[in-house]
Order: sequence, then structure tokens, then C-alpha cells
Amino acid sequence: MSDLRELYQSVILDHNKRPRNFGVLQGATHEAHGHNPLCGDKIHLQIELDADGKIAEVAFSGEGCAISKASASVMTETLKGLPRDAAERLFDQFHDLVTGKGGNPDELGKLAVFEGVKEFPIRVKCATLAWHTLRAALENTSTPASTE
Amino acid sequence: MPSTEPSTPPINLAGYKIKRIRAAFPILERDVHGRPLVYLDNAASTQKPRVVIKTLKRYYEHYNSNVHRGVHHLSQEATVAYENARGRVRAALGAKEDCEIILTRGTTEAINLVAQSYGRANLGPGDEVLISVLEHHSNIVPWQIVCEQTGATLRAVPIDDRGTLVMDKLDALLTERTKIVALGHVSNALGTVNPIKEIAAKVHAMGAVLVVDGAQGVPHGPVDVVELDADFYAFSGHKVYGPTGIGALYGRKELLDAMPPWQGGGDMILSVSIDKTVYNELPFKFEAGTPNIAGAIGLAAALDYVDNIGLEKIAAYEAQLLDYGTRALESVKGIRLIGTAPEKAGVLSFVMDGIHPHDIGTILDQEGIAIRTGHHCAQPVMEHFGIPATARASLGVYNTTGDIDALVRGLEKVREVFA
Repeated sequence: MSDLRELYQSVILDHNKRPRNFGVLQGATHEAHGHNPLCGDKIHLQIELDADGKIAEVAFSGEGCAISKASASVMTETLKGLPRDAAERLFDQFHDLVTGKGGNPDELGKLAVFEGVKEFPIRVKCATLAWHTLRAALENTSTPASTE
Repeated sequence: MPSTEPSTPPINLAGYKIKRIRAAFPILERDVHGRPLVYLDNAASTQKPRVVIKTLKRYYEHYNSNVHRGVHHLSQEATVAYENARGRVRAALGAKEDCEIILTRGTTEAINLVAQSYGRANLGPGDEVLISVLEHHSNIVPWQIVCEQTGATLRAVPIDDRGTLVMDKLDALLTERTKIVALGHVSNALGTVNPIKEIAAKVHAMGAVLVVDGAQGVPHGPVDVVELDADFYAFSGHKVYGPTGIGALYGRKELLDAMPPWQGGGDMILSVSIDKTVYNELPFKFEAGTPNIAGAIGLAAALDYVDNIGLEKIAAYEAQLLDYGTRALESVKGIRLIGTAPEKAGVLSFVMDGIHPHDIGTILDQEGIAIRTGHHCAQPVMEHFGIPATARASLGVYNTTGDIDALVRGLEKVREVFA
């Protein structure tokens, strides 16, 4: 039961109910679509990189489960102002965190709330969808990102 | 740990020995996350009674051997048991002859067999295959593939907001161009029961054949393929309390006789030389390679098991339970049932306001409750209702009102978490 509390803790529930940076971004320089075929989570991620290669603005839209929505929301909050290679590093850290392989809490900051996902392997793909989509967006590939 | 007992018995069918039935399924004794297992995922797969498990064990301990060609004793025992299993399936489906029963890996393989064997030989440009929006992917994709191979066109009967086939659209889509109609007996996503017999008459009047996906039909009541007038009928063993990896295809003899072989190999031949091969007679023509011998024998034991309870009794019990479950779910705030056909079997699909089915499923799992969440291999159904997924509770012979009560309590908990 405490595992469930870990997974659906207040930060995650809050970001699900009131997702941050949810909507359409005007002036996006990069974007991608993501899809989790297992459960139907869909995300459209838009990023605006400034002249220095920093993530100036980011927004997402789509529909999906609480974990995928909250993950996208916290991710967009964390990404703002970061240089793109920092974003890439965070992907690896986040992935390690939710698959129980570790992850550096100092680097992860607020993202550490998703540690509970490691007890629910079936839900890992829900948590990582936004991040796979981020990667696709930064590479500006037109093929939709997938968790497969 | 005792399994869930019914709280009060608001449904009572004389002669339906629910306690004895539950006691026959060893897995129902287990806990999940410290709670008694409440298994409501029967449309995905069913649990196995002790007699089926023992039958499999006995086969491997006493008479396991390859079938059909051995002269030694074990092989003869295995062959007799395997062919008896075929006969058991014939009886369960009400078919006339054993040779009309092809044993397969399951429903999916059976439908692929019909599509590739009957379909390839009988479809060409200008011909049409008619399915419906209700279908499981296993009764969509094989037809898409064969239409692409042959130049035929695929059409689909739409459904209404209750999840029922729109019959006048079916009439309009059923023309002289239609060669094959493929429909589910019971929808796995919504529980809708299709009027197969009525549809068969229309299909035959147009000179087409009817292929029925019976995966969810067989577990929920008696099936008589002759009465239904189906040309082909497929089902899976693991959905009717039998082992995985086994199922059957019923096909009308004249049709099967005319069909070219599907998979080539041992057993489906009478003689092989490099220049010429003579195919075997029915049903072996369609059973290449060593079959799932244990699976077939286990399936026969499962069919015996449900027959001993009585398929009519099972249908009546599950109907009452479905009714109880429908009313119970309707009383939970924020729940909307998806699939409200006047005739349904075994399935309660629903969505909850603002809460994704995936989250519902995870929280229920923590309570020991097993349901399925997602598109249920029926993406066109989800698209029709404009939803990404549903949560689905599906019934089996061993479920009780207590299971439904536990589900409702679990859903209240889901509401709490997301409040």
C-alpha cells in the first residue's frame, strides 16, 4: 500500500490535475509526437530553443494516464532554461531512476518524485514517454516517438 | 486464505454450486499484494480447474508420445486421447463430423487459416470482405492482409452508441460482391452478443460465407454451429478454462475439402517425393507438424468440466452476475459503462471521469483485483467511442457478487486517491 502512496503521491496527482506548460507553443523550433502503444498515452511536445541552444520554452498536449501526464508536466518545468545536452543527461538519469538503477537525486531535483515508478515496472513506459518524445523533438525527427 | 465469499446471495441459481466451483480452482486461493485474489480478467484468459491441471500432468507422466504414426503402445494411447479430444470439441460445438474440427493454436491462428486458405483461393479484385467495427484485431488484420494480397476490398459494419451492430448498414454493405463475412459471436471489448443465426441467413442469401470469431462465445453458453449456420467457427482453449496454445476451427466439410492446405509439413501429407506431394484428408490436411497434444487433451478435460456444470447454467448464472455488476457500477459516481447492448455476455467495460483506465488498473491491482485496461485489441471500438481505453472487468464461472462488491470498493478507493 505504501508503494501506491509512493507512486500516486501528491506532487504527481497535482501535476496530473493541473499540468504545467500544457497547451500549444507558438514559435516552437522543435516538436515531436509520442505514443505508448501499450496503453494509448499520446503526447505532442513542442520546444523553443534559443540562439544559445538553451530550452527557452516548452509545452505539451495530449492525453494519457496520470503518470504520463505528470511526468510530462514535471519534465517541462525542469527543462526550462537548460542547455540541450543537460536535457539529454537528465533523460538517462530519469530512466535509471524509474527502472530502479539509481539516478542522481541532486541532478534530478523534482523529478525524483517519480522514484515510486520502479516498483511498478508495467508503468515505466508511462513515465518515460515524455522523455522519449523530448529526444525525438531535439533530433527533430518526423517519425513519432514510441516507447517500444 | 479463503477466497472471496458472496456478501449476501442476491442471485441464487438452484444447482449452481459456486463454492464447489471456486474450490476447484487452486489459483483462487492465492493472495496478491496481501489481499485475496479477485480475478476479473477472464476475457483475457481464464483460470484452470484442478482436473485440467491433473490431466496435463497425467499425460506427461504416463503416456506422452507423438501421435498418429507410432506403432508402440504409448503412441497409440496418445493418439486415441488426442483424437478423442477432437471428438470432444466436435460435440461441444455441435458439429456433425470429427473431420470438420481442425485443432489449432487458438482463435487467431484459426482465422488466419481461413483467410489464407479459403480467402486466397476465393478472393480477387472486385470482391469484398465484410467485418465490423466491433472486431478484435485477430478478426481484422488477417482480412486486411488477404485483401491486400488478392486485391479484394475490406468493409466494416458500423456500431451504434450502445455498441450494437447497425443492422441496416449491414444489409446495405452485404452485396453480391461480398464473398466473406467475418464477425465475432460476443465482443471481448463490450460484451455485445451478435445475432449470428439471423446474420448467417442474410450472408447465405447473398452467396457468401460466414466466419465466426467464437473466442468469447464458447465460454459463456452453449454453442451449436449447425444451429447458428456458421460456415466457420473458431475458439481458444485458454478462454474456456483450458490450456494455452490450443484452440479449434470448425469448418463445413464441403468448404474444407475444397480449400488448399495452409501450413505444409509432416502429418498433412499422404506421400511426399521431391516431384510430387499428395495431401492428407481432413482434418489432417490442415494440421501440419506435431500438434499441441497435451493442450488438446487438456482442452477436452476443460470442456468436460464446463459441461458438467452445464453451459445453460453457466449462461444463466453469469447473466445474473452481469446484471448485478452493471447495477453496482452504475451506482459508483463518475463511472460510465461502455457497451450497453440489450444482449450482452460476460463483460463490464467502463471509464471513470478524469481518471485514466491505466491508473484505475494499477490501484485495483494493489487491492488484489485483476481487471484489464487498454484498448483490448479493439482499437476501432475505442475510436468509435472517442476514448483511448477502457477498464474492463470480465466474468467467469467462479466469480461472485463478492467479487463485484470488492471491485466497487476498489473503485471508491481509486476516487479517493484522485480526489
